[in-house]
Amino acid sequence: MEFDHIIVRYGELALKKKNRSFFENQLVRNIRDSLRTFPGIEVKKIYGRLFISLNGAPYPEVADRLQLIFGIMSFSPVKKVPLDIEAIKETALSMVQQADPFPLTFKVETNRAHKPFPHRSMEMNQLIGAHILRNTNDLKVDVHHPQMRLKVDIRSEGVFLSNEDRPGIGGLPVGVSGKAMLMLSGGIDSPVAGWLTMKRGVTIEGVHFHSYPYTSEQAKQKVIDLARILSRYAGKIKLHIVPLTEIQTLIRQHCPESYTITIMRRMMMRITEQLARKNGALAIATGESLAQVASQTMESMNTINSVVQLPVIRPVVAMDKVEIMDLARKIGTYETSIQPYEDCCTIFVPRSPVTRPTPEKAAHYEKALQVEELVQDAVNRTEIIWVEPDQQDDEFDFFN
Amino acid sequence: MIYFDNSATTRPYPEVLEAMDRAATQFFANPSSLHSQGEKARKLLEQSRQVAARIFSCKPGEIVFTSGATESNNLAIKGVALQYQNRGKHVITTSVEHASVYESCRQLEQLGFEVTYLPADREGRVSVEDVKKAIRNDTILVSVMYVNNELGTIQPIEEIGRLLAGHRKILFHVDAVQGFGKLPLEVKKWNIDLFSLSGHKFHGPRGSGLLYVRAGISLFPMLVGGGQENGFRSGTENLPAIVGFVKALKMNHEMQTQQYERLKKLHNSFIRRLSSMKDVQINSPVAEGSAPHIINFSVTGLKAEVIIHSLEEKDIYVSTRSACSSRADRPSRALLACGLDEMTAKSALRVSFHPDQDEWEIEQFFDVFPQVIQHLKQVMRV
Repeated sequence: MEFDHIIVRYGELALKKKNRSFFENQLVRNIRDSLRTFPGIEVKKIYGRLFISLNGAPYPEVADRLQLIFGIMSFSPVKKVPLDIEAIKETALSMVQQADPFPLTFKVETNRAHKPFPHRSMEMNQLIGAHILRNTNDLKVDVHHPQMRLKVDIRSEGVFLSNEDRPGIGGLPVGVSGKAMLMLSGGIDSPVAGWLTMKRGVTIEGVHFHSYPYTSEQAKQKVIDLARILSRYAGKIKLHIVPLTEIQTLIRQHCPESYTITIMRRMMMRITEQLARKNGALAIATGESLAQVASQTMESMNTINSVVQLPVIRPVVAMDKVEIMDLARKIGTYETSIQPYEDCCTIFVPRSPVTRPTPEKAAHYEKALQVEELVQDAVNRTEIIWVEPDQQDDEFDFFN
Repeated sequence: MIYFDNSATTRPYPEVLEAMDRAATQFFANPSSLHSQGEKARKLLEQSRQVAARIFSCKPGEIVFTSGATESNNLAIKGVALQYQNRGKHVITTSVEHASVYESCRQLEQLGFEVTYLPADREGRVSVEDVKKAIRNDTILVSVMYVNNELGTIQPIEEIGRLLAGHRKILFHVDAVQGFGKLPLEVKKWNIDLFSLSGHKFHGPRGSGLLYVRAGISLFPMLVGGGQENGFRSGTENLPAIVGFVKALKMNHEMQTQQYERLKKLHNSFIRRLSSMKDVQINSPVAEGSAPHIINFSVTGLKAEVIIHSLEEKDIYVSTRSACSSRADRPSRALLACGLDEMTAKSALRVSFHPDQDEWEIEQFFDVFPQVIQHLKQVMRV
């Protein structure tokens, strides 16, 4: 079936009273942005839902994109036919015939918004249903639990038929809830945390700490790859790569071994907060999960958190590792996350890290460092990379 | 020189050779090495994979670079069979496959698998109905070539794919060697799980090929070691060959429609002239369902080899059948399977074009060919 339109429904958005058009407009922008590679596509707002005219673009590929856009509750491919009973009947029949898998039961649901249309909705249901039954085998009507719902929407501009409801990923359109800096290590948890943050409409910018030569170029590439996967849900993502080698070296030289991780994390927090202020973000998102490792005990969180003013969002804080891994697989980051390159958190792991650090002790040990200067220096030397989903990493010109 | 043996091997494009030269000299490090030279090579390797994936609208992880279609076919067939043998031990293929598919299946029989070799009609085509009838509860793999290498016959891949979409447990492998670059290849739409390509069939380098392995499919590897190519094919990646292969892949993909048109013209012209000759029997499908670059025909009473050598003296190069088996003095297994009698099969000749060839080459061929035939007939008294 060659579909020509798509109806997009959004759940939660419709509930927001005064902000609604703001939310809707953001969703329309995000959809247009995601579909910009298909010329000719039009996105229109009609009351309570969106209407996409494909104008020749292939439905399956467009559907794959829509399934990545936050704020979409569900969508249906639609076939438009003229206000003519025979055309409606024929199209309805071929939609059923081409359904794969072929249904055992079906039901027709007509909505006649265009009242001048001569047949009333109940009558339409019977006319279409009878036509389908006459021309197919092994198919029954079930008005309570049909396997296929054939929706017929009669409007003044035409009749719209659909027989499939595909669920979207829900959430809120990215861009309606402000911006947060996501600390992106390259592990399994932080991309999931970023995805969950985006799901609530937050724009994220990634912050990655790079400790060359202690961490490799591959580790950095891995983070770029992860940001690229996340950018499928966001359009594009700004990634800040912060050089941490000097700071880590100084911590190793001047602070007690058991506190190296705690102090390093505090430095990262400070740098991220600076970057947030510079880029207009109002929160920091991390992939911390309570009690997963030594730096994620309640005491550690307190000690690390105490150096920043901005709220720290921890979307996976209460999730089990297995749950996080499942979600990572679902959003497509798992395979990349498990590539075996060391990140800045796994090098220089002390033999016995402190599990119950205190902010006071940490502050005391940090006196050996010139904290503010080091933070400022790292911020100044931060490299910025824009990552986009379809961006072709064509570094070399062999295939041009 | 008139070279009409492009189904055996094509001449590499200059752009391909240039890319290979550059890759071999500037990216010589091992892609698995950790240092920046290795990293540079790895990036080029992954970029090659991405370019290939874009061509087939698939994921980079679904592309396995191999040494050619023989390896791809061996890996696909034996790799699937050995990996999934606890689901069943029955494989379906056709009687007109390339030797690398056929012999892989023969090996599976030695290992206790059962193989159904589907019959082909007079034009070398298998029927979807026969595939359907051959399916059993323990069938795990169906392997059918896209375009027959001897006759040019296009197999009903789309229809078979549609049939197999209803059988989740059965994997579908397509040997697409002779189809790519000439005909469309719709991997997702046709429900293809695995397909094989060979670089030197479309102006890429020899020793290069590809096996597409749909995400989620596991294979029992034929080559184990360092775990390269997702563990499916160990061995240090042949980067220059891969780069040349992908370069040729991209060039052919971009030119496919034009190539089809040009080849079709050559094909029609050749068929038209051939049809007017007496004592010539065209074995390829003439009207519909044939790839545009292969024509197979027999000259009654004359052994193919004799004609080949006679044409060679005039600097014209054609072949008997699949180059991979043509040195054996037996008529082609595939042609016999299509119901050709032994004499017709023994006298079968194959001409195959490439898109940059000109009409005048065909004209020149037909200036020479009838004379050669006439002369041979006199000498051999047929």
